[in-house]
Amino acid sequence: MLAYVLRRIGAGLVLALLVTLVTFLMLSLSFGDVVRTLLGQSATPESVAAMTKQMGYDRPVLVQYGDWLLHLLRGDLGTSVYTSLPVGPSVVQRLAVTLSIIVPALLITVLLSISLGVWAATRGGVADRIAQGLSLVGYIVPGLLIAIVLVYLLAVRAKLLPATGYTPLSTDPAAWLHSITIPVIVLVIGGVANMAAQVRGRMIDELRRDYVRTLRTRGVSTTSIVVRHALRNAAGPALTVLSLEFIQMFGSALIIENVFALPGYGSYAFNASLQGDIPVIMGITVFGVLLVTVVNLGTDLANGWLNPKARLH
Amino acid sequence: MSTRTRTWRRLLRDPQAVVTAGILLVIVALGLLAPFLAQHGPNDSDLGMVNAPAGTPGYLLGADESGRDIFSRLLHSINTSAVSALIGTGVALAVGVTAGLVGGYFGARTRGATEWLFNLVMTFPGLLLLIILMPVTGGDYRFTMLIFGVLLSPGIYRIVRNLVLGVKNELYVDAARVSGLGNTRILGRHVLSVVRGPIIIATAFLMGAAIATQSGLAFLGVGSKEIPSFGDMISSGFRNLYLAPAQFLWPSLLLGLITASLVLLGNALRDTLEGSRPKPAKVGQGQRTDVRTGPAPVAGTAALLEIRDLTIAYPGPGGESREVVRGAALRIDRGQTLGLVGESGSGKTQTAFAVLGVLPAEAVITRGSIVFEGRELVGLTDGEMRPLRGKQIAYVPQEPMSNLDPSYKVGAQLVEGVRSALGVSKQEARTRVLALLGRCGIADPPRTFDSYPHQLSGGMAQRVLIAGAVASRPKLLIADEPTTALDVTVQAEILDLLRDLQAELGMAVLLVTHNFGVVADICDHIAVMSRGEIVETGDVQKVLNDPRHEYTRTLLDAILDDTTVRTDPPPGAITEGADR
Repeated sequence: MLAYVLRRIGAGLVLALLVTLVTFLMLSLSFGDVVRTLLGQSATPESVAAMTKQMGYDRPVLVQYGDWLLHLLRGDLGTSVYTSLPVGPSVVQRLAVTLSIIVPALLITVLLSISLGVWAATRGGVADRIAQGLSLVGYIVPGLLIAIVLVYLLAVRAKLLPATGYTPLSTDPAAWLHSITIPVIVLVIGGVANMAAQVRGRMIDELRRDYVRTLRTRGVSTTSIVVRHALRNAAGPALTVLSLEFIQMFGSALIIENVFALPGYGSYAFNASLQGDIPVIMGITVFGVLLVTVVNLGTDLANGWLNPKARLH
Repeated sequence: MSTRTRTWRRLLRDPQAVVTAGILLVIVALGLLAPFLAQHGPNDSDLGMVNAPAGTPGYLLGADESGRDIFSRLLHSINTSAVSALIGTGVALAVGVTAGLVGGYFGARTRGATEWLFNLVMTFPGLLLLIILMPVTGGDYRFTMLIFGVLLSPGIYRIVRNLVLGVKNELYVDAARVSGLGNTRILGRHVLSVVRGPIIIATAFLMGAAIATQSGLAFLGVGSKEIPSFGDMISSGFRNLYLAPAQFLWPSLLLGLITASLVLLGNALRDTLEGSRPKPAKVGQGQRTDVRTGPAPVAGTAALLEIRDLTIAYPGPGGESREVVRGAALRIDRGQTLGLVGESGSGKTQTAFAVLGVLPAEAVITRGSIVFEGRELVGLTDGEMRPLRGKQIAYVPQEPMSNLDPSYKVGAQLVEGVRSALGVSKQEARTRVLALLGRCGIADPPRTFDSYPHQLSGGMAQRVLIAGAVASRPKLLIADEPTTALDVTVQAEILDLLRDLQAELGMAVLLVTHNFGVVADICDHIAVMSRGEIVETGDVQKVLNDPRHEYTRTLLDAILDDTTVRTDPPPGAITEGADR
């Protein structure tokens, strides 16, 4: 078990290395522009050259990457070119904001998707058509539009919730809850639309399997067959969807944050990218990869726990 | 060729496909005609027209915060979306299909490498990468969509790889290889024809994803302000939400219409090309019946189970009903063993399932009655059937592996069954199950008790299932081809076990089989089934020695012609079995 976890972590580190390397190589194409942006329109070729040397951009790209990596290993992500703030703490702070909408959204999505999916798969008929219809609507309407409509209805018209802004949980839990409510609803609508359909499909497949019939012939109750047996077997494949859903949600969150002016990962990445703030961009990349690694590892471990066959590998 | 035209025709008859495709065509046409339809360029700004309301002459839908014609920007945004969809989908298809063909067709090592690479691409949040790479792309949406296409390719890769793996194992590619066609020719000719359908479906969804992503990025402000796009218009409308909500409405509606049409078109294509998926049925409803008249009271019958005039129908594809069992009649007395014989598809299993009340949800009992110990079973709900199951009527399936829940240890599954049927304590059920596993010929019962199904052999699993079936001492055991899926050596042992258990517990057995050898070996009576009807019943010896029905004769002849066919007991066993 430990060997398995260590191997997965190792794979995650290789992924981190590769993604950061590729990102660095691609970004290095734009280092010249970064310096010119930094110095402004009136910069002389001499000052550009001096600045390039000062930033270390004149060295071979791989040397620069190696240098960045060595610092990273010492826990140093460098400082922002523009604000001179250390990158590490800023990234963590921004990530916390984004995660504070993704994690609740994901939990609610899982609960609702399982309920809706199981309901549709075990009731059939009208219940199934309702669930299918809801999924379809959630799937075809872009999250961005749902976000804006909700802001308009709940914040602008009804004045129930703040339209924009973010209060940290540690400052004021009630205000935090208010500030994340609409973003979470938006993410949940998109998430449930996707996941409930998956749960439904898996449950229908499982309920048609031979072992379900055999359990029935032994007098096992319907509840036990649905919950203990079919749902448990459907959970494994659904978990894989969940980790993809997380990545998907992370992407949507970057856009949704913008609607609600949340100081999250998206706006941080966007501004850094706009300014060509290379140390910040690299810090964002590293944490993005680490997050994905952790989520995938968690999914695999949960899958191993659910599925006895997966434990062997 | 003819199947293809038929598919097209079916698509053209599907209103969802026709309407969504029509909407998309109209929208694309509007985009292409934008320079002729709109009076202003998308970026012409007139400060006198800032936030002009809809209907202002020359500004059909009004003007935005910079005094630009919303109608014109809307039409030009269509083109941006179309180009995004084409680039994103084109790249995703080119990369995904190529890699899928390579990864699926060539050896395991190549596949391992492509697999790893695509998993890598898939695990990183694409939108974040597109934002991060803004300094590289300069925000050009075409360049961005190029990268996005690569990020979308894993989905296509998986579809193609799986299909190619399937096709590769099929004979015709081998045949093509023998006939001297090169690798590339094989791929091109056979594989592409198989993957075409799924790719067409995926394309619709990919286009939707590309358009939504491009709009999202433009909304964030990634990209040139000079490029009219829905995202940019929505962003501008959003800033103006308080002043002029309608400005937000138009691009949102059009964007929503496009993505919705693509998704619905994709769904329609999927239904047409892949057939509709199974629909869920209400669980725990009990067997569906269409028997109008109440069951005739069965007076003074000594039979344990009596089936009369049983008819089971399934709805056909065109709504007509197809009868799989017609007017079947059977009778089993206490302690008796009846062999129900017939070729596959003759309705044997359906009859057995009807007795247990576990027919598939689509099946309907349209006629007849099933009386067990004087009680009518047709029309009972699942709840009313449950007390009978396990305790009165039990079941041994054909395929041992698929009939065990893969997620639970064998012991836990059997204990749950015993507790449901008898309501005993967990400990008592455990003791009972362990004893039965031993009785059923399992060498190390505690070890098997703590094993998962995938750790058992087929023969062991079948012993486990038999133990599970007899655990609650049923009066009737229904065994559906209990030896067919097993090795020949194990088959005889399992039959011996069934025979011994029957004698010990004094239960009746309904043995469903296609094998006369098995029937001769352990049955007292025989019923021969053909095309949903029971054509002959009687004493085993009489029927085997002097078959009355043409079909029975044909079946028997078929076996005598080919003595090696599935006769699990040695040749002497037939007479030996018949003698007892």
